[in-house]
This record gives sequence, structure tokens and C-alpha cells, in this order.
Amino acid sequence: MSTGPAILHSAREVAERRAHSPHTSMFVRMLIRAAMLRRGRAASALLAMVVAAAVATAMMNLYVDVQAKLRNEFRSYGANVIVVAKSGEASAAQPAATTAPSLPPDAISKIESALGSKTLAVPFAYAVARTTDGQSVVVVGTDFTRARELNHWWKVNHWPAPQMDVRLVGGDNATSAPPTEALLGIRAAAVVTPKREPFDLTFQGKTIHLTPAGLLQTGAAEDSRIYLDQSEFLSWTGVTPTTIELAVTGSPEEIQQGINKLAAALPGADVRPVRQIMEGEANVLNKTRATLYASATLVVLTSALCVLATLIGWVFDRRRDFAIMKAIGASERLVNAFFAAEAAVLGIVGAIIGFLIGIGVAAWIGRANFHAPVVPRFSVFPYVLAGSVIVALIAAVLPIGLLRRVQPAIILRGE
Amino acid sequence: MFPRLVYESFRRQARRKLLAGIAITLGVAVATAMIAVATDIGDKINRELRTYGANLVITPQEDTLDVEIGGVNLKPPSDGAFLSEADLPKIRGTFWHHNIVGFSPMLPVVVKVRKASGAGDGASKTEEVTLLGTYFNQHLTFGKEDFTTGVRITHPWWKVEASCGADTPVRDVSITAPDGAGSGQTRANECGWPDDNSQNVLLGERLAAKLDKHPGDTISINDRQFTISGILSTGNVEDDQIVAPLAVAQQILGKPGAVRRVFVSALTKPPDALSARDPKTMTPEVYDRWYCSPYVESIAFQLQEAIPHSHAEQIRQVAQNEGTVLSRIKGLMLLVTLAALLASALAVSAAMATAIFERRVEIGLMKALGVGNLAVSAIFFAEALLLALFGGAAGFIAGSMLAHQIGRSIFSSQISIQPVLFPIIIAIAVFVTFAGSAAAIRRAVKFDPVFSLRGQA
Repeated sequence: MSTGPAILHSAREVAERRAHSPHTSMFVRMLIRAAMLRRGRAASALLAMVVAAAVATAMMNLYVDVQAKLRNEFRSYGANVIVVAKSGEASAAQPAATTAPSLPPDAISKIESALGSKTLAVPFAYAVARTTDGQSVVVVGTDFTRARELNHWWKVNHWPAPQMDVRLVGGDNATSAPPTEALLGIRAAAVVTPKREPFDLTFQGKTIHLTPAGLLQTGAAEDSRIYLDQSEFLSWTGVTPTTIELAVTGSPEEIQQGINKLAAALPGADVRPVRQIMEGEANVLNKTRATLYASATLVVLTSALCVLATLIGWVFDRRRDFAIMKAIGASERLVNAFFAAEAAVLGIVGAIIGFLIGIGVAAWIGRANFHAPVVPRFSVFPYVLAGSVIVALIAAVLPIGLLRRVQPAIILRGE
Repeated sequence: MFPRLVYESFRRQARRKLLAGIAITLGVAVATAMIAVATDIGDKINRELRTYGANLVITPQEDTLDVEIGGVNLKPPSDGAFLSEADLPKIRGTFWHHNIVGFSPMLPVVVKVRKASGAGDGASKTEEVTLLGTYFNQHLTFGKEDFTTGVRITHPWWKVEASCGADTPVRDVSITAPDGAGSGQTRANECGWPDDNSQNVLLGERLAAKLDKHPGDTISINDRQFTISGILSTGNVEDDQIVAPLAVAQQILGKPGAVRRVFVSALTKPPDALSARDPKTMTPEVYDRWYCSPYVESIAFQLQEAIPHSHAEQIRQVAQNEGTVLSRIKGLMLLVTLAALLASALAVSAAMATAIFERRVEIGLMKALGVGNLAVSAIFFAEALLLALFGGAAGFIAGSMLAHQIGRSIFSSQISIQPVLFPIIIAIAVFVTFAGSAAAIRRAVKFDPVFSLRGQA
């Protein structure tokens, strides 16, 4: 019956067309015709295939990419590795003393060369200064641009302007230079300068005149400190950084490798992971991954089963084609090959279209949720393709196995 | 006649109905499980985020400036104000007490430790270190409520190493339920952790290495002997400190009942526009809404109310980032759920379309016998409705079981399925089944019966 509409064309036309194509193309022609003539059915089977392949692609892409995306989110928790100068015995009690061990001046560049520039390293130098009325307060020298990037949770109403030039503020009075801006912890501000006026701090006989730029609120120890730009801090106190906080992205193994590299690069320092951050991250990430894995498995399995059901229905529906082919003398092998080829083509086409759509869906989810597109992973494609073809083949072979036992005459009679 | 037609259709075509039914059941099961997981994931991840430790800190109101670098307090220990330990159980009396997972009071004291008069310098030398008094797993009561709290809950990354005998079971303690259910008996003396009523202390690992001390040794703190029950590893400043039961720190300081600060770990709602507002500028209705939402700000406010002369503050590193991580994961699960719903809807539609397309001969026969288009459609929709109801119910049960299994195996806790989900799921199933059938039914009804009966589809 599949030749029916062809008769509508003039016989000559048909004969002409057939003269050009070699006889071996009968198999291909049957495949194309089968798809063209039953457009509706073929389309609905293909649709099911495409949906399943798209969902599978999106899920696999997400599953692979989401860890990296979430790890980036977790970096907003701040440093996960900390480098501290190996402290002698006296340093703990008197960290302000200039004799305290400090990190080598090129520590930051060493860290960046060891771990790559993606790693964010923020130096901190500490000193205890006195206010004019004799209060002790911790003053920290740091790099504001980096600190801001590392510690997103710092609530700061106004960051000090970045210091372009390195001025030498020596001696007892820094007069001519424009006032140095400082970031005040909210509790420190209440003690040092409740009215937000410029104030003086003294460290080992040297006085610095500071203008409060903004207030810092974190709910932790930072609230009681005063932050200065590191070059100002260095020229005032002469204290070099003793602590470097690092945000290292990557899996726990990669971070551990980074720590080992750092320990080798900086023999005078103590490199250690921040367990609170590392363990929290690992915990949450594992749970999320497991949930996503479970959901992805469920969804892919369901779509595969539904594709199977749809395709089986489709093949069953064509038992008349099957019977006619057998009745006019097609061998079992040819019939099997025909249906298998049809299923394979369906699987391949479905997988390709589905893969493209799935990449789009994954990219959209990435953009909508993480504000960064999920990078398409073509390594997923072979799996999607293999899965689609296997499902389609199973769907074709199952009903044919059942139909083979039935005489073509019975099928053609419509029973 | 109508019910009989439908009934016979189910009886005679059991295989096809089963296939369509299975498709619906599967689709609904996945949808149910995904919706249940997605609605509960926020709560579950919130609890997991508590491994980051406390997100609130309570300090005395008239607290003086901390002069502290790298965990070493440079201020005279008796300086500054204190909270009263007796007030602490009141934390459980606040409005959101169910959300408070645990709290740990802290009292740092600077003590003199006698160095081991061993290998090195021979003569005994003293060194100043910080001793931190806290609860490990303290048993407390508030009203009729019994609960335990301490660093075991609020600082889950603290690890204790000790040499315990094989007969002492080593057990990992997960975060206990916030309502304290089932934590009746104190799990005291689990390998290495000192009892809160004992005179045993934990030694930070770097300090222990410096002093060359091991679990079971004694240490002389301010000329008193204490037993080291374990070596503490935190990856933080506590590695250089001694951690002792709160009472020991109070004794050393000579201020019974004094607490320097309290760390509180609470389940909170991610910040939004309302949470950022100043409660003083709110209208009474907005204020009530703010007060009754578990924002970290409103919990801080309530803690401040509960404990006299206190100031509660969020620890922004933990509290602020929680929100972003939580909303990312929730958003991810929501989108995945949407994708899953879409996929199962399409699958169900495809299955229904196939099922109806197979029956165009039947439709042709009915129409040839003079049945109207409306009546034919009604029969098919009735069948679809039955399939959707049964498939939906079966799918809901299967999906609940799936969600339960996911909750158990991943979060080792129940994923609750709201009963209100059942009618919603059934409605979705019916809608999707109808939508999937509608196009196929319309096409089948419009088809000329002559062609379908002759077998020319």
C-alpha cells in the first residue's frame, strides 16, 4: 500500500525517475517513503525520541558542569586556604613586634605562580596601635581591591579609594600628604571615632593621621579592627604581611595538591586548609550532586521508557507493512534489517536534534540560575547517541519478535 | 451504553490500556518525586549548611573592643563585660526556637601553661596560651524541654583525636534535631571529647605538638593539673589553644556564670527585600511579618530580647552566603523539576496519542454507525480521565516512595510529602493526559470513516 500515492504521478515520470536510480537503492527508498508517507506517526515517534535525548543531554551537561558552577558560588564564603608565617614562640604573645616572623615579600607572586592567576590571594598584616586616649586597637594592612573580591560578605558602606601613589609617611607628623583613608570595623569605629572625624593612631612612637572612609560590618573579629591600604600600613609600621588568605577553586584533591605545591614554594610558612569552609562545601556539594544524580537518573529513565512504549506502538501499528513485505517474498533478514535500520535512523536523528535542544536547555538553566552559561560538552554526545539507538532498536526488535510467529495472511486479513 | 463502551474498551484492550497507564504512572511518579524533592530541598540543604557552623553571635551589650590577632587575645582577661550563663537556656524560649539547631557559649581566658620539663631546655618554663571554655555536649533544660547543645553541634568540623580502647565505640555525631527530640541522654565521653562536668581538657593540635603532649597526659594550667582527653584539630585558631569545659574557664577566671560570647547556629530564610529593612521604620503589620519570618536579622533581634544586656549579630560570612548558595541550589532543582515535568508531560502525551491513533478503525466504525463527533470524543476523554485517575494515583504513591528513598539515602532524613500535593498531582495528570489526547482525538474524529475502515491511514 505504500506505493499507492506514487501511482498518482504519471507513469512516465516515475519511470524516468527510477531509471536514474540504481536498483540497490530500493532499501533506502523504502526507508524514506516509510517516513514520508506516515509523516504524522513518524513525527510523533521522533518527537518522543527528541524529548528523551534532549532531557538526557541537558541532565548530563548540568550534572558535569554544576559542580564547577557551585564551587564558584562556594568561593563567596571566602578563603579556603590560609598561609601563615611559621611563628616562633614569642610571636603569639607579641604579634605586633617587628621581630615577629613574616612572609617573604614575594609570597604573593610565588603563590600566584604556583597556583595560577585564578587563585585569589589577599595579604594581611597586623599591628596593635594606640588611639590618642590610650585605647588599644588592631590595625590591619591589606589590599582593598583583593579583599573586596575575596570577602563578598563584608558589608561596607564605602570602600576607601585605591591608593595610586606610594607616599612615605614617616616621622611623627604626616602633614603635607593628603589624609590616609581607613576602613573602620563598626565596633572599632564606635571606640576610636564615634563622630566619624579624622583621628590619630600611634604605633611604636609613629603617628598616622587617618580619615574614616567607610564602616565595615561582618559580625566577626573584623568588626573590632581598622583596615588600611598595605603600602600605607607598611610605611607607617614597617610590619609586613603575616597571613595570606587564599581562595582556591577546584575539587578537594586539586586544593590539596595546591596546598602541597604552596608548602614547597614557601618553606617558611604554614599552609593549611580552612576546615570549616572545606568541610561545609564538600558536604553541601555532595548532597546536591547526589540529588541531581537521582533526579537525572529518574528523568532519563522515564523518558527512555516512554520512548520505548511509543515506538513499540508505532512498530506494532505497521504490522501490515511487515506482512506485505513477507507476503511478496522478502526474507526474514531483510525485514529485520529494514525495521532495524528504520529504528536506527530514528534514534540517530532524534539524538542529534535532541542533543542540540538539550544543550540549549542546559545553557538556559545555567544562565537563569548561575548567570553563566553551561559550556556544552560534546563528550556527552556519544552516550546520548548510543542510548537513543539502543532504545530505538529494542523498540523495533521486541514487536518484530512477536510478529514473526504470526502468519502474514492473518495480519493482512486484519485480525 | 456509554459506561459499557468504556468498560469493554478497558476489558478487551487491557494490554494497550496498561501501556498507556504505565506511561502515565511513570510520568506522574517522577513528577511527584521531583516536586517533593524540590520543595523540600531548601530545608534539607539549609540543614546541611549548618556544617558551616554558627551564623549568629551574641555578645554583651556594652562590650569593649576586642584586641585579638590570630585568636590570641591581647586584652586583660578580666576586662570587659560578660553574659550570664544562667540566661542561656532562654534561647530556647524565643519565637523561632525550633529553628535554633544549637548554641555554644565561649569564654576565653589567658592561662599559664608549664612546659614539659623534658628533652629540650630542662628547666620548667611557663607559656601564656588561651584557654577557651565552652560546652561540648551540655545537657540543659528550659521549662519542660530537655536538650543538649555545644560545639559538637555548632562546630561540626572540630575533630578530636584520642587513644581510646577498642571497647569505646567511635561514632560520628550528626546534627541533632532542633527540637532536641531523642537527645535525652547525654552522649558523654564519646572517645576523646571531655565531659562537660569533668576537669578534662582538649589541646589544640599545634599547641600539643609544641608542648609535646599526648591524649591521657596531664597538663599543668595555672599550677593545677588537668587531664588531656584528646587532641583537637579545627584548622583554625583553636589549634593553638586549650579548650576546656565552661566551668573550668569560669573557675580559672574567678567569675562563675560568666560567658564572653555565644555562638548560635540557626536555620534561616535567605535574605530578601523585607529582611534588609530596619524594623524601626516598619508599620506594625510589616513588623509582625518580619518578626515572624526566620530571617537571620529577626532571629538576632529575638535573641537580643531573650537575653538581657546582650547584642546579637549575624556572622555575615556564614549568614550572607547561605542565602546565595541556598537560592542557587533551590533554583537549580526548580529548573530541573520543570524540565522533568515537561519531559513527563510530553511522554504521557505521546503515549496517549499513540494509543488513540491505533484505534482509528474503531472510530471509523462508530462514526459509520452514526455516532456524533461529540459522543466519540466523550468516550475517548472518559477513557483518558479514567487512565489519568488510576495512573495518577498509582504514580503518586510510587513517587512518594521514590522521594522517601531519595531523602533517606541522600539526606538521611524524611522528605515530607504534603497531602495537598495529591489533588494537584491528579489535576496535572488529568490535564496532561487530556492535552496529549486532544490533538489525536480531533484528528481521529475528523478522519473520513471510509478511509480508516479501508485501512488507508
